[in-house]
Amino acid sequence: MSSATAAASAAQRPSAGAAALKDAVLTALIALGLFAPIVGLRTDVSPTGGLMLRQRWGDVAILVGLAFAGRLALLAWRAMRDGPKPASAGRAAALRKAGAFVTPVMLVLAVALPFVPGTGRYELDLGILVLTYVMLGWGLNIVVGLAGLLDLGYVAFYAVGAYAYALLATTFGLSFWICLPLAGILAAFWGVLLGFPVLRLRGDYLAIVTLAFGEIIRIVLTNWVSLTNGPNGITSIPRPTFFGLTFSAGGGPGSFADFFGIEPSPTHRVVFLYYLILALALLTNWVSIRLRRQPLGRAWEALREDEIACRALGINVTTTKLTAFALGAMFAGFAGSFFATRQGFISPESFTFIESAIILAIVVLGGMGSQIGIAIAALVMIGGFEVFRDLDEYRMLVFGGAMVLIMVARPRGLVGSRTPTVALGERKTIGAEHVAEGRG
Amino acid sequence: MAYALQQLINGISLGMIYGLIAVGYTMVYGIIGMINFAHGDVFMIGAFVALISLVMLVSGGIMDGPAAILIVLLVSMCVTALYGWTVERIAYRPLRGSFRLAPLISAIGMSIVLQNYMQVAQGARVKPINPVLPGGVTVLEADAFVVQFSYMQMLIIAVTLAVLAIFTWLVTRTPLGRAMRACEQDRKMASLLGIDTDRTISLTFVIGAALAAVAGTMYLLRYGVIDFYIGFLAGVKAFTAAVLGGIGSLPGAVLGGLLIGLIETFWSAYFSVQYKDVAAFSILAITLIFMPTGLLGRAEVEKV
Amino acid sequence: MAEPILEAGALTMRFGGLTAVDAVSFTAMRGDITAIIGPNGAGKTTMFNCITGFYRPTGGALRLFRDGTPVDLHRLPGHRIARAGVARTFQNIRLFPGMTALENLLVAQHVTLMAATGFGIGALLGAPGYRRAEKAAIAKARHWLEATGLVDRADDPAAALPYGQQRRLEIARAMCTDPLLLCLDEPAAGLNPRESEELSALLRSIRDGGCSLLLIEHDMGVVMRISDRVVVLDHGRKIADGTPAEVRADARVIAAYLGEGDEE
Repeated sequence: MSSATAAASAAQRPSAGAAALKDAVLTALIALGLFAPIVGLRTDVSPTGGLMLRQRWGDVAILVGLAFAGRLALLAWRAMRDGPKPASAGRAAALRKAGAFVTPVMLVLAVALPFVPGTGRYELDLGILVLTYVMLGWGLNIVVGLAGLLDLGYVAFYAVGAYAYALLATTFGLSFWICLPLAGILAAFWGVLLGFPVLRLRGDYLAIVTLAFGEIIRIVLTNWVSLTNGPNGITSIPRPTFFGLTFSAGGGPGSFADFFGIEPSPTHRVVFLYYLILALALLTNWVSIRLRRQPLGRAWEALREDEIACRALGINVTTTKLTAFALGAMFAGFAGSFFATRQGFISPESFTFIESAIILAIVVLGGMGSQIGIAIAALVMIGGFEVFRDLDEYRMLVFGGAMVLIMVARPRGLVGSRTPTVALGERKTIGAEHVAEGRG
Repeated sequence: MAYALQQLINGISLGMIYGLIAVGYTMVYGIIGMINFAHGDVFMIGAFVALISLVMLVSGGIMDGPAAILIVLLVSMCVTALYGWTVERIAYRPLRGSFRLAPLISAIGMSIVLQNYMQVAQGARVKPINPVLPGGVTVLEADAFVVQFSYMQMLIIAVTLAVLAIFTWLVTRTPLGRAMRACEQDRKMASLLGIDTDRTISLTFVIGAALAAVAGTMYLLRYGVIDFYIGFLAGVKAFTAAVLGGIGSLPGAVLGGLLIGLIETFWSAYFSVQYKDVAAFSILAITLIFMPTGLLGRAEVEKV
Repeated sequence: MAEPILEAGALTMRFGGLTAVDAVSFTAMRGDITAIIGPNGAGKTTMFNCITGFYRPTGGALRLFRDGTPVDLHRLPGHRIARAGVARTFQNIRLFPGMTALENLLVAQHVTLMAATGFGIGALLGAPGYRRAEKAAIAKARHWLEATGLVDRADDPAAALPYGQQRRLEIARAMCTDPLLLCLDEPAAGLNPRESEELSALLRSIRDGGCSLLLIEHDMGVVMRISDRVVVLDHGRKIADGTPAEVRADARVIAAYLGEGDEE
């Protein structure tokens, strides 16, 4: 629909309206075809054990009506939008200016959150959850956003980190601070192990192999009962300590509260965990930002842009990909051991494909390669998911629908542009249309 | 020996189902180069529509036996095709010509939507049905082991072969098939030559969904129990099959499906059931390491 | 007199039953511009891809003379060839489109920079050695940006540059790897007469700077103007080899190539 149509005279309105109406009726008919069999006829197990049908035509009518109204509203909105547009260049500049403030403001908010009045246990737990995903998003961004390698099995490394910590801590009694680097190294090692044979595969072949790897890890964790306790998971994983000081609820000698002479409170541990994940996430961020401005990170981006040209410049494509893969895996390993120590309990159920999909969605929705975009995407997706807690069984439905909607509205993510890593003169932002997204 | 023969029969009938789903993946990949992650859930929808119409026919006392199966199959194909069309229209068409990962995320979102939609609409509990076509033929009796070729397995193999034959005819001999192949080669050029590419792509999704519906119906009839979650694993397996066969290649998808079905069945029979998926995935990884474009895939030659 | 820089001995490349390059031997001299010409399908690009490591030759040898010592190119993996001192450009320009011109040139210095960073770790922690190396790398990039007349566009994404500038940027990027031998695949394709005149001057100045050049070119004007030596291929075989004047006079060349159309 061109702007000419929208700006048409009032005399032509009725015909445009009629067309929209026809379109909406058609939509309603399709909705009827979609919903009548599946919503209208509900199969239930009858007392005799067989299946019987329950009819729900009222629900179908509501859904069809919604489809009709929704289509009409969409058409009306499109007609309005196609009218005179506000100066988009000015708006973009304003947005960029606002963007410069977003990062520091968010950082300050993140640091101050535990002291903001009204922040209770629930808010902190949510903050920890969001930050875990921010960290995972930043970690995966190294692989997908910078190096352009499509990894659908990122959760495998998260699982490796979690199980590495849980097993090392429960079997050998090692402390969190020793296990954390070990878990990261182990995850990176698995990244290299997987990456070495498969990184010469391109695009979707790499995607399915990484997905398969994620599933393999999960299946092994489920079935290797003697090591992992199978589907029942590992319980009573030691909690982290603050330089050897424990966070026991009752205080007591050697506890955090006792050492600092304050009233023991269960909040201390939550606050400590909150700052722990914040620090880990910021470490991930610091390493990726720094590496991006250096030869290794530049080589990753070059790899995403054109692999063949990289080879012609003497860049060892395989090792460069491997470093991205291993580094991404390492941060997932850190996040995994944090997850294990926070929960105190892990089982294979926490490491399903949907986790990988959510992390990937955060990276893509954030705008690949943009650190702040990913943080916002994680906040919106994970925080939003919490906000809609009351929707119960409709929650995942809304979640999936939101993923589709955001992608359709902003295919390049929230921040699709790229900032150059170095400049002779002024650093100019590079529009999303120029930036490649890799084929590997 | 007899045991192996039985596994061969089981593996082929399972592989046929994977093959049917894999064709949908490979077709969509060939024509628009995206992984249609929701395809496994379209298969699940197909199984549910078949379930609902079967319950209606049988418990309503309207029909039974082979005639019912035929009706169920047709209803499932029609409704599922409509779902396939809608999914493309809502989640993929707006992203046409966009960046590669946008449709992938949109597809993952769509997969979540379809799964949870089904859970809300039909409940989370598993749905069992009574066997529709019980019995079979004893092929061989040796060492106190009876090799059974059930009527259901025969039906699966026969229907799959028939559907694939029709489908092959459609792709190779009809104007629609020509349009599809043209879009696959070069979409822009095809549209310059007057092919309605949007319509062709829509039809690709419709055909893919209809094939998935056949697979869903067969799955329901063979295993007798479904739930809203079957789409994920079946989808991943079928996608694995498509990649194993060489994504973009239609015979490759069927071949890959058969191989995955056989690997899974034989591994379960001789080694361990728990690790059957590990076996399938490992063989995929090993195949790709030595044949980076799958068994029948075209080698991607990059001009420099 | 002059010493060789590259020596091809009975170089052969077969694809299945098709022999694209059939036992071609030639020698490129240090400090020369050597052009490879021939009609379409003569095997020029195939030979080029062998030299630059994108194909592994089916038979024969390729030797690069690095300070007089021969390096067997046909045995090296792809990325090692660039490190041995062979840089190339592509017929269909292959820049890093979303990165700025300057970034493109820094990626070209990856190998040197990586060594200076202590393989990433030193740079991450802000080691002073890396800062020096980066400064030197930017200076070198600026030098080549100036040489190619692109210094004003240093901070623009490569994709936003016009065609002629992209061609020059690709040459600048190849030169940033400090090659002994620069291989150019149809550098004048798509350029207007003024631009190809500028290109000739650029290539001559690169040669005068001490780098040897090997180029495939269809633009006979450019070839005849700047080449010191011309190798003519036809149907995968070498049919002539000599100075531009000699080649122009060669009856077989005229029959195979020049006689068939002046516009080629």
